[in-house]
Amino acid sequence: MLYREAGQYKSTYSADMAVFPLREDRIGIAVILATALVAIPFFGSDFFIASVMIPFLVFSLAAIGLNILTGYTGLISLGTAAFMGVGAYACYKLTTFFPNVNIIVLILLSGLFSAGIGVLFGLPSLRIKGFYLAVATLAAQFFLQWAFVRVPWLFNYNASGAIEVPQRTLFGLPVTGAAATPETRYFVCLGLVVVLTWFASNLVHGKLGRSWMAVRDMDIAAELMGIKLLNAKLMAFAVSSYFAGVAGAMMIFFWYGGGEAADVFSIRLSFNILFMVIIGGLGSLIGSFFGAAFLSILPTALKFGLPALGIPLAGAAAEHVTFMLVGALIIIFLIVEPHGLARLWQIGKQKLRTWPFPY
Amino acid sequence: MKTSILMKGAALGALLTAAGVIAPAAAQDSVYFANNAYRTGPFSGSGIPIGDGMRDYITMINERDGGVNGVKVVYEECETGYDTKKSIECYEQAKAKNTIVYSPWSTGATLAAIPRAHVDKIPILSMAYGLSASADGTNFPWVFIPPFTYWDGASIMVKHMAAELGGMDKLKGKKLGLIHLDAPFGKEPISVLENLAKKYGFELKLYPVAAADMQNQGSLWLSIRRDRPDYLYNQGWGAMNPTAVKEAIKNNFPINKLVGVWWAGGDDDARAGGEQAKGYRSLNLNAAGQNFPAIQDILKYVVEKGKSTTPKDKVGENLYNRGVYNSMLVVEAIRNAQKLTGKKVVNAEDMRRGLESLNITPARLKEIGMEGFATPTTITCTDHSGHSKAYVAEWDGTKWTQKGDWLEPMKDEVRPLIESNAKDYVEKAGNWPKRVESCEKSS
Repeated sequence: MLYREAGQYKSTYSADMAVFPLREDRIGIAVILATALVAIPFFGSDFFIASVMIPFLVFSLAAIGLNILTGYTGLISLGTAAFMGVGAYACYKLTTFFPNVNIIVLILLSGLFSAGIGVLFGLPSLRIKGFYLAVATLAAQFFLQWAFVRVPWLFNYNASGAIEVPQRTLFGLPVTGAAATPETRYFVCLGLVVVLTWFASNLVHGKLGRSWMAVRDMDIAAELMGIKLLNAKLMAFAVSSYFAGVAGAMMIFFWYGGGEAADVFSIRLSFNILFMVIIGGLGSLIGSFFGAAFLSILPTALKFGLPALGIPLAGAAAEHVTFMLVGALIIIFLIVEPHGLARLWQIGKQKLRTWPFPY
Repeated sequence: MKTSILMKGAALGALLTAAGVIAPAAAQDSVYFANNAYRTGPFSGSGIPIGDGMRDYITMINERDGGVNGVKVVYEECETGYDTKKSIECYEQAKAKNTIVYSPWSTGATLAAIPRAHVDKIPILSMAYGLSASADGTNFPWVFIPPFTYWDGASIMVKHMAAELGGMDKLKGKKLGLIHLDAPFGKEPISVLENLAKKYGFELKLYPVAAADMQNQGSLWLSIRRDRPDYLYNQGWGAMNPTAVKEAIKNNFPINKLVGVWWAGGDDDARAGGEQAKGYRSLNLNAAGQNFPAIQDILKYVVEKGKSTTPKDKVGENLYNRGVYNSMLVVEAIRNAQKLTGKKVVNAEDMRRGLESLNITPARLKEIGMEGFATPTTITCTDHSGHSKAYVAEWDGTKWTQKGDWLEPMKDEVRPLIESNAKDYVEKAGNWPKRVESCEKSS
């Protein structure tokens, strides 16, 4: 009865089409946003914000990106990390060219470069599907990662070949570089993620999203219905890569703050994000958040949480236990609920709707 | 299903809360020291002996002397798997627990930590690795890179080559190949080698190895066979080194012309080549073997008492002793900081002062049972490296032996480059914190 629809009348089409038609859901979103905006920055420790929340936000955005491509459009990609890398390097180059332009603008712009490259590597998707497409995007992964290491122009001929993030300010407050407090970086990430999630939500609920889902379910049927496959598929690649690119730029600028950028965007990261999408739930925005939380927060929680709870696990042993636990949990989840955490969430809501009198 | 979600949620929540509120581990009479380690992942082959050496020396100091002047060193390892993402996590954790010094143990981790450390005021000790430019103490007051940098190492390599050929003028027309990991760690020596190649007229050939291809260097060695370099300098780490040694043997490259950077001098790196690896060389900053009173004390107080995870015969191996050397620097810096401040329990700020005026004299090395273990090293306010000496070690089939004298780096080549690169780094970073810390006089 927590989710009681009785008494919530919809008298307009727009109310009926709303993303959150239930009042309870709207309250829930408000509570989550309040927690994210107030409770976490005020009560979370620096470690929690910098090592748990910021990675979670970055991965959520990347997972949304991949989910648009794989979950909504049904095109498998193994090149997410490379597209993230394009965003990061583009943002780095942009900020060295235009040091006075607001860094948020540059981060949003850098996604466009990633979108362009994504479209380029998405072209084969018009002819091939499934595994074959996965291999084509794998080529993007290898080629782009190679380029990050071998094109010195990309990292400004730095002797160490690494990106070093310069300090940039917003309203006089440092938001990148070491002087930026975890709270500031967190707020910027949160803002970007909220705005872009809202944008993605509107896309997938609109005409474009519907055409993506039609392509996913059966592209020939979609074509017969008058959906232009070329446009739908390439738009999916563009939007997906845009999200990945912004996530990559956020990753280097707000989380890493420099370091071995080429190594960061490895195929391991691509796989990790694919797992996030699969575990979180294909074709679900909230699932992207669940998946990111599961795969980015859980290892940290296990590694630092277990010793703090008094379970003495040091160094390598903790790492091995984390590997085993996360691996086992992934398998269990896939067996118990192949539709991911988002489906679990849906079932939970369904049960709450009839609670405490299930039929 | 619902209850299971709730339970999982609750468990995760509990874990998170616990992770968020870890109290500083340092008690009244102890100092906390966080060390990154990698006992997992592709670099664990080199990471394990180093971690063992680091831990055992600190345990020995705690067991034998009851700590440094009675102050126990609470030593904690944070597993990174040589992954920059996890290193950043470990840095945040070390900071939350008030570590007195942070030891990143990878060039990538050092690069990510340098800007943070200057804001958080935590000294970084990157012993003979990390960003070479950070040896400039004026711009990097919080980073210490004793006893030398990768640039010093590269210049020592060129000196070694010249010494074997019979003089600097003989370098003309020769070919030096650099096999290197295609990551910041591997790329560090390139700029110095390029400068020296121009100056002395030898040719520099680069052979980059991607991290994913460390154990698959076949195509690389094809080009080495084609180019026929006179010498090969191997800036490798982890699984890359034994592969390079094996490939050199397979390709009939004269093994005594393959010289590793000091990180390519693991016992297991050379052992992988079997009998034919005899003659493999590596630059070195510490002596190998158990014949030092300090190592004997580790055996006596730590290994034999079952307080170590190291097998007895691994104690004294080259990389193990490297770890011991690193811990010795930390312990000596704590001692120095105590002397400077008069405090028993020092903090990160004191530790910075302790490191900046660190002077490891021959007499001091003898006192701590490490005579002949390493060269004396002096860190000063402007010079955070010391540019000490290295020697060329040779694998005799079972152990590393010293071949020839301790060689000095070409400081006049390296130093200007360090200063110009440091300036460049600071300019690019934008709003880099100006040094406000006053200079410490060497003790």
